[in-house]
Amino acid sequence: MTTFTVLAIVAVLAALGVVLFSSPVRSAICLVVNFFVLAFVYFILNAELLGITQIIVYTGAIMVLFLFVIMLLNLGGPQAWKERREFRTVLGFGFGAALAGVIASQLITHFREHSRPFADDGYGSPQAIGRVLFTQYVWPFEVASVLLLVGIVGSILLAKRKL
Amino acid sequence: MTDWLIQQSPAIQATVRVLVFVLPLLLLVPGLIWWERRLLSWMQDRIGPNRVGPFGLLQPIADGVKLFFKEDITPSTVDRAIYFVAPAVALFPAFAIGGTLPWGPHYGPLMHWTPIANVNIGILYVLAISSLGVYGVVLSGYASNNKYSLLGGLRSSAQLISYELAMGVSLACMVMATGSLKMTDMIAAQMEPLWGIQSLGWLQNWFLFTPFGLISAVVFLICMVAETNRTPFDLPEAENEIIAGYHTEYSSMKFAVFFMGEYATMFVFSGVFATVFLGGWNLLPINWDVVAAQVPALAGIARAMDGLTYWLAPIWFLGKCATGITFYIWLRATLPRLRYDQLMSLGWKSLLPLAVANFIVVAIWIMGTKLYGPGGGWAGGLLGLAIVYALYLNFVSATRKSGWGAKDRLAMVDKSARTIDLVDPNVAGGTR
Repeated sequence: MTTFTVLAIVAVLAALGVVLFSSPVRSAICLVVNFFVLAFVYFILNAELLGITQIIVYTGAIMVLFLFVIMLLNLGGPQAWKERREFRTVLGFGFGAALAGVIASQLITHFREHSRPFADDGYGSPQAIGRVLFTQYVWPFEVASVLLLVGIVGSILLAKRKL
Repeated sequence: MTDWLIQQSPAIQATVRVLVFVLPLLLLVPGLIWWERRLLSWMQDRIGPNRVGPFGLLQPIADGVKLFFKEDITPSTVDRAIYFVAPAVALFPAFAIGGTLPWGPHYGPLMHWTPIANVNIGILYVLAISSLGVYGVVLSGYASNNKYSLLGGLRSSAQLISYELAMGVSLACMVMATGSLKMTDMIAAQMEPLWGIQSLGWLQNWFLFTPFGLISAVVFLICMVAETNRTPFDLPEAENEIIAGYHTEYSSMKFAVFFMGEYATMFVFSGVFATVFLGGWNLLPINWDVVAAQVPALAGIARAMDGLTYWLAPIWFLGKCATGITFYIWLRATLPRLRYDQLMSLGWKSLLPLAVANFIVVAIWIMGTKLYGPGGGWAGGLLGLAIVYALYLNFVSATRKSGWGAKDRLAMVDKSARTIDLVDPNVAGGTR
């Protein structure tokens, strides 16, 4: 429980940092920290594969590309972008609170039913996930891979008109 | 000792294992630097550092003291928070990758000492943590507020992302051959009879000796050099182009931390290579207990070798890591640095297709073995190789015919692109 508390505090602080920092690089770094800590939350819930996939996919690949693009465009200093105070800000906060409320109302009842906050041993193991992925969910899996292939081909076509 | 260890809580167990593993790593880094400098100077027909201590062995300590007492300059325009955090971020993955490496036997009385965490995602853990290695470089490059540093960081991120793919696929081949992501299972699979032939039971099935494992090993070796930013892939710190790249603005101990991280990463990656392809902690690819059972005349020697292999396992593992390091140094002494486009085309056009083709061959191999035994595996694997090679030749001839990529090839030999106009400052505005 203490481990979770520490991780949760760091994750929430990092998430706040993503929104509140005005420099895009710092926001991106906060997002990296958030993803990384979230992986550790998965670890203490006994979902090692999920946690390590989180690190490989989000922390190790996607966020590196984010940082790459930010640095390449050199979205510079802290004064780059100041927002004016508007009624839209208040409206945004209102909608945000409403969304949080909706999600919480759906989740809290589920959390209350479960007293044991971790999965069984081997529940999310690579073997179990692999078996399900190639039997029960083989069609969605293949369709998703074709989708990714189409994405790759499309991006090559967009980037290189003359092959 | 072992009884005491397994009675402790998991956190204390892990801490003890970390101390047993990480402390030698820290102590070995100066030794590695000495070994690199001496071996490199021998290969380049120089003498190298030989003044401080016997054979210059104390030279790294003298260098460390020098680095420690150097003035620590912080340039005034750096992004201070990120600038100070970056070296620590660079050091973290170097030490963390070793978390799932078994540096000793996974059975018998020594089994509880290694690895630090024997989780069922061992290989994925290595890939995940090594993919974090890019952050130290990228952040230091950004925070230094220097164009050369930024270029170094950008080069590094592109390079690491490109080579991670081929590395992941080459490791996935071995995962498929083993049927498990656990490091200890991979070593156990390499202690099976060679090529799955029972009469060869006295030889171990190190993955380096299998045809598909050899291809994977070569791909992994190249990717491993690229991941650690070493020559010939040290473009992020190419000194004739971008000064020292990402650590240009770092001085004193902060530079030393980058340096130490690089050497520790080299060491740990050599360990990963040894575990996945070289049978881990085994000294020789021989199952001594089988030899003892089959050849009674040699039973005494075989049993002695068995005990020696088992009880001194960490030393053999360290020896394999040292072999890997020596290979790194050899590469550095032999090969010149790649050009950037060569680096990218090697990663994307050669290594990745090779690794993926190998992946298919491994799958055919496993199916053949399951259906028709070891002979079927060989037949299937060779058939798969033949099909892949035929497809490759077909692809090459098709691209030649269609002229695809011909423009790139022409650009390489375009002489006019290489001429430059010499400007004579004595003649007003004139070229000669």
